[in-house]
Amino acid sequence: MRHGVARFVTGFLALPVGLYLFYVVWPFLQAAGYSLTDWGGYSDRQQFVGLENYLRLFSDELIRKAFWHNVFFLITVPLFTIALALFLAFLLNVGGREDKAGIRGVFGSGLYKVIFFFPQVLSLVVIAVMWQQIYRADGQGLINGMLMKIGLVSEDDPITFMYDPEPFLGVPAVLWWLLLIAVWSGAGFYMVLFSAAMQSIPKDVYEAAILDGAGRFHTFFRITLPLLRDTVSVAWVYLGFIALDMYALVFVMTPSQGGPNHASEIFASVLNFTAFQKGQFGYACAMGVALAIFTILLAALQLRITRRERIEY
Amino acid sequence: MSVTPDLDRRTLLRRAAAAGLLVTPAAGLLSACAGSTPSQNNDSAGEKSDDNPFGVQDGSAVKVVIFNGGLGDAWAKEDQAIFNAKYPNVTVNMSSTQKIKTEEQPKMATQPSDVVMNSGADMMDISTLVNEGAIEPLDDLLAAPAWDGEGTVADSLLPGTVGDGTYQGKFFVVNVAYTVWGNWYNSALFDKEGWTPPKTFDEFFALAPKIKAKGMAPYVYDAVHGYYPRWALMATVWKSAGKQAVIDIDNLKENAWRAEGVLPALEAWEKLVKDKLLLPGKLDHTQSQQAWLDGKAAFIQVGTWLKNEMAATIPPGFEMKISDYWGLGATDKAPNDVYAGAGEGIVVPAKAPNKAAAKEFLRAVLSKAGSAKFAELTKSLASTKGSGDNVQDAALASANELMKNAGSDLISIKLWNFYADLDKESQNLSAELMAGRLTAAQFVDKMQTAADKVAKDSSITKQTRDA
Repeated sequence: MRHGVARFVTGFLALPVGLYLFYVVWPFLQAAGYSLTDWGGYSDRQQFVGLENYLRLFSDELIRKAFWHNVFFLITVPLFTIALALFLAFLLNVGGREDKAGIRGVFGSGLYKVIFFFPQVLSLVVIAVMWQQIYRADGQGLINGMLMKIGLVSEDDPITFMYDPEPFLGVPAVLWWLLLIAVWSGAGFYMVLFSAAMQSIPKDVYEAAILDGAGRFHTFFRITLPLLRDTVSVAWVYLGFIALDMYALVFVMTPSQGGPNHASEIFASVLNFTAFQKGQFGYACAMGVALAIFTILLAALQLRITRRERIEY
Repeated sequence: MSVTPDLDRRTLLRRAAAAGLLVTPAAGLLSACAGSTPSQNNDSAGEKSDDNPFGVQDGSAVKVVIFNGGLGDAWAKEDQAIFNAKYPNVTVNMSSTQKIKTEEQPKMATQPSDVVMNSGADMMDISTLVNEGAIEPLDDLLAAPAWDGEGTVADSLLPGTVGDGTYQGKFFVVNVAYTVWGNWYNSALFDKEGWTPPKTFDEFFALAPKIKAKGMAPYVYDAVHGYYPRWALMATVWKSAGKQAVIDIDNLKENAWRAEGVLPALEAWEKLVKDKLLLPGKLDHTQSQQAWLDGKAAFIQVGTWLKNEMAATIPPGFEMKISDYWGLGATDKAPNDVYAGAGEGIVVPAKAPNKAAAKEFLRAVLSKAGSAKFAELTKSLASTKGSGDNVQDAALASANELMKNAGSDLISIKLWNFYADLDKESQNLSAELMAGRLTAAQFVDKMQTAADKVAKDSSITKQTRDA
């Protein structure tokens, strides 16, 4: 009956794998092929140019700028999102008082879970449009309006959010404002992920620790965090992808898609400009392929560093 | 406590992560580059005659894509009716969108639509389309007899229309809307306050304190799209430095940006920003236009599509009128030249399956009947002569008035249509200047550097203009 199973499995897999190969893998290969040409994108004229496009990447100032902006997000998005998500998950699951029923979350944690998770059900573009109104750079913006009402911001000098390239800690302010949205929209999902992982940690471990006199600080850093290591590590990789993308937010929210004056330029926005405005698809494909290689290397590195014996319980 | 199956969670998650790799950031970008197999090009071959100059085939279909922006798309349906009255057996598949590039670019190399109105923020770069041979030269359309008037199609167009659509010596782009740009004001308010719309920056700077005294900002601009303030900056440059200076700039001539008159023009704008005459805050085009309609600012600069774009929210008693861009005064080389020209370009892709019907459809768009409907519905002039003659509208009348008193040349700048790099750079720098982060001198330096870089780059096809 062994071969019967194989036929059964193949029967189910053939179609999805075929579709996947045709609609996902094949375009990737095509893009890699185009990256070796000078194709403009609007015609079927193309010439093979070898690795010229890749060499150009290294001397492209705009790409370099975009690269460092991506690196900024690569570090900050996972860091802040995971820290916030862990903090929230800890409060919701084991941060409350302990009583006869054992360890529990803070009062009303069920409601908070729904509220924190809510941004996850919105599409990123919807989030961006919503934050456009929150960040609106005059008295009608949510933040500016409130701050003006209580007199913290003068009507003649509103906070300009997306239009502010002035560096804060060496990074343009506009990137920090984008980071806030990314963290806000991402933290809910990882909070739920970490909550689930925390629930699978046996309560008696906590009770034993508490009996031994451990406070919240120690239970979190000595018990919760080590036991969540696997989950946090995977979350880190996923957030890394999101940080390397960030395209929707930059595209919808920033002036001239990467502005003001290139202050929020990222890999994807440069790629978009190169492909669709400048009509250099070959070069743009090379950017895409370079980004893909970078992403894969990063993920591999990440998973290797965090590999460790798992603790069984 | 729990069992560990042979496929543990870590392995599962790692595999999921590896699979996720293929669908996350790079994925969207990579597949954006992918194309598909080209299809056969089967142009219709009907009988050609004076009445049917391109040989439209009976029973064929033509796909028309309209940009549904400030002008809406109602006018195009009128053109469709005019076209179908003559060709009842030709199917017109009309659709409208704001995402021209997003929807049309992927089809350009293989199966494009027949008629594409290439306009708006998401338009396909014209110089790229021309360089790639992706659009059809339409010189035969110009030479064809007009749909319902005397002479050829070219004869029926307003001055500048043919020039605005010509690239590398060939006519590629049919710009259907004739736009006049300038400074808009509420003439009801100005009459009440006894203010006269200024003609020069000096007059504006003299009027500004009076406007401020009424609790109004003298000026508001679109801080999101760099090309909005750029129209105004370049109009002042033209007026101050003259036509030849701008032609030199467009032709990437050495030190063209350092020509006499360019810097003072930009310094006037620098002063406007430094003197805090702008409405505080950063608004986009419709937000800034609404702020102007709400009486928060006295002047806004934009083209004649303004009235149609804001039609729903114009307050009662508000009488919008356009006045010419401000010059610097006595030193101006071309003080009376008006920024006007044909915009909202329609192109026919080189691989369009039914080019004959596409050109015939454009002939219908440029007809007297079609363009009169255009002016009536959009409150903007069409690029066909006489389109606004029967439209009663104060805004349109003020634009007509402006055109009547115009100098011999129309202000037209080609730089941003010629080179995508300079388009981006000039938009960014215009926004920076208006934000007060750049002085006029820095603007000139940076534009000159960018122009020199493009001039030296052999991978960029150069374009030139003579007039």
